Amino acid sequence: MAEPLSARWGPYRAVVASRVRSQTSYRGGFALDLVSSLLVGVVQLAEVLVLFHSVDSLGGLDLAAVVLVFGIADLSFSLADLVVGHLDTLPVYLRSGTLDVFYLRPQPLLAQLVTSDISLRRVTRIVVAAVALGVGVAVNDIAWTPLHVAFLVLVVLTSALTFAAVFVAAAGVQFFLVDAAEATAAAVYGGRYAATQPASVWTGPLVAVFGFAIPIAFTAYLPVVALLDLPGPGWLPGWAGWLAPLAAVWMWGVALLAWRSGVRHYQGGGG
Amino acid sequence: MRDDGQPVQAAPHPTTPTPGAATWFRVHGRLVAAGWRRGSTYRAAALGGLVANVTFGFLKVSVLTAAVAAGGGELAGYDTRAVIAYAWLSQALLGSVNLFGRIDLAGRMKDGSVAVDLLRPIDLQTSTTAQEVGRALFSLLPRGVPIVVLALAVGGMRLPTDPAVLGAGLLSALLAVVVSHLVVYLVAVTGFWTVETRGLQVFYMVLAGFFAGLFVPVSIFPGWLFALAQATPFPSMLQTPVDLLSGRVVGGDAAVALLVQLAWLAGALALGQLMTRAGRRRLEVQGG
Repeated sequence: MAEPLSARWGPYRAVVASRVRSQTSYRGGFALDLVSSLLVGVVQLAEVLVLFHSVDSLGGLDLAAVVLVFGIADLSFSLADLVVGHLDTLPVYLRSGTLDVFYLRPQPLLAQLVTSDISLRRVTRIVVAAVALGVGVAVNDIAWTPLHVAFLVLVVLTSALTFAAVFVAAAGVQFFLVDAAEATAAAVYGGRYAATQPASVWTGPLVAVFGFAIPIAFTAYLPVVALLDLPGPGWLPGWAGWLAPLAAVWMWGVALLAWRSGVRHYQGGGG
Repeated sequence: MRDDGQPVQAAPHPTTPTPGAATWFRVHGRLVAAGWRRGSTYRAAALGGLVANVTFGFLKVSVLTAAVAAGGGELAGYDTRAVIAYAWLSQALLGSVNLFGRIDLAGRMKDGSVAVDLLRPIDLQTSTTAQEVGRALFSLLPRGVPIVVLALAVGGMRLPTDPAVLGAGLLSALLAVVVSHLVVYLVAVTGFWTVETRGLQVFYMVLAGFFAGLFVPVSIFPGWLFALAQATPFPSMLQTPVDLLSGRVVGGDAAVALLVQLAWLAGALALGQLMTRAGRRRLEVQGG
């Protein structure tokens, strides 16, 4: 550990730079990727808007508040997806036995996997999310103080960490499931969808899973309730949203536990 | 990968260059059966899919019932029971209807093994679709049936008891499965020209999910967006079978809905034939 920090990160930087170059070399395909990725964000926002075309409020939130929830949830998920989203290709490595190659290199497994792919196409998702967040901030009547501003920035960052932890936890569980990869998609992409909803509409089992075990309610809905000074969902007081960063700490505890036990469980791909 | 073309070998080669209708049905029937058997080997994957479908089902039920409640007990013609049926039936069909745009053929186009498929004395489009439909129909057992059972157990869902309504619903579901795989075939065979079709596949997935009514029923779209959706085959893949199975659309309207599905089926079949014929002339396989 005596090496300087820059020397330790050097290899990762070189790898990431090469991934970026390789993706931009086929221009036509890259452009279609960017457009598709933009469309994913637009369609997800459209689903929210279509629902509000028929109703004025949902779970105690009006359209303005829901756009703010969507903006925070989508921006933090997209940031996490950009950095660690490709962890969900782990089952491909597990099945083909190519994960063993990573074990041969003198770098931590998780760090290698994270730098194994950076999908630039996901950048356009971030643009849609940022626009939604900007609109959400503008159309809501919030008494902005420095504390509120700092809280909003902190929430986006810690929620991104929460989603990143969900990706890592899901990858850890993949070591056990391998073929049943879609089961963890329920947590990752179900979690993304859940994060854009007003959690006050959830029933018992959903509150247990996405309210507390995987603390998705803390990524966007509860912070918005806190910012707008609204009543809570019934199973938590309105001020609970201020505790949002704690959700990231909890989720990273779960994630590291899942990842460690997964790596320990792995027996190699044979050969 | 274990999908090394085994099912295709199971099909007997027709002895005459222009087989009759009976032979056609026998060959394609065996391909459907082969696809069914192959689907039955991916049990863990089916279980994983079931977990995902159930999770999304609960999330959709909660948000859509809240929307109906906010609309005063009615949302564009849906009451609470209808919207619950919509959420669960669409999740039950999701394992069988191809809204994701992925199909084995895309990989075979990319690695060149489609050249071997084209040497076989059987139509590429119909043989591919028959196998995919067989596999999709098997998915109804581990993914479709448990979700319907769960939905009935959790309560609040309405299902028709009239055998005619139920029959029309099941026929519509079968048509939806076939139409979806025929359209995904069109996405895959663009690979004759571009080799890599992943970008187009993602494009298909985004549009298909939205316009099929995966998250919000197409029928509650605002007018202009509803018209746009109706101009695509996607509502025929999910909204239509769910409407018929839940008994929301019956009688003459159901007959029209079935005819629309048949029209999309015929259109996708014809376009696929044209594209396959044009693509054959384009195909160059390296190292042949």
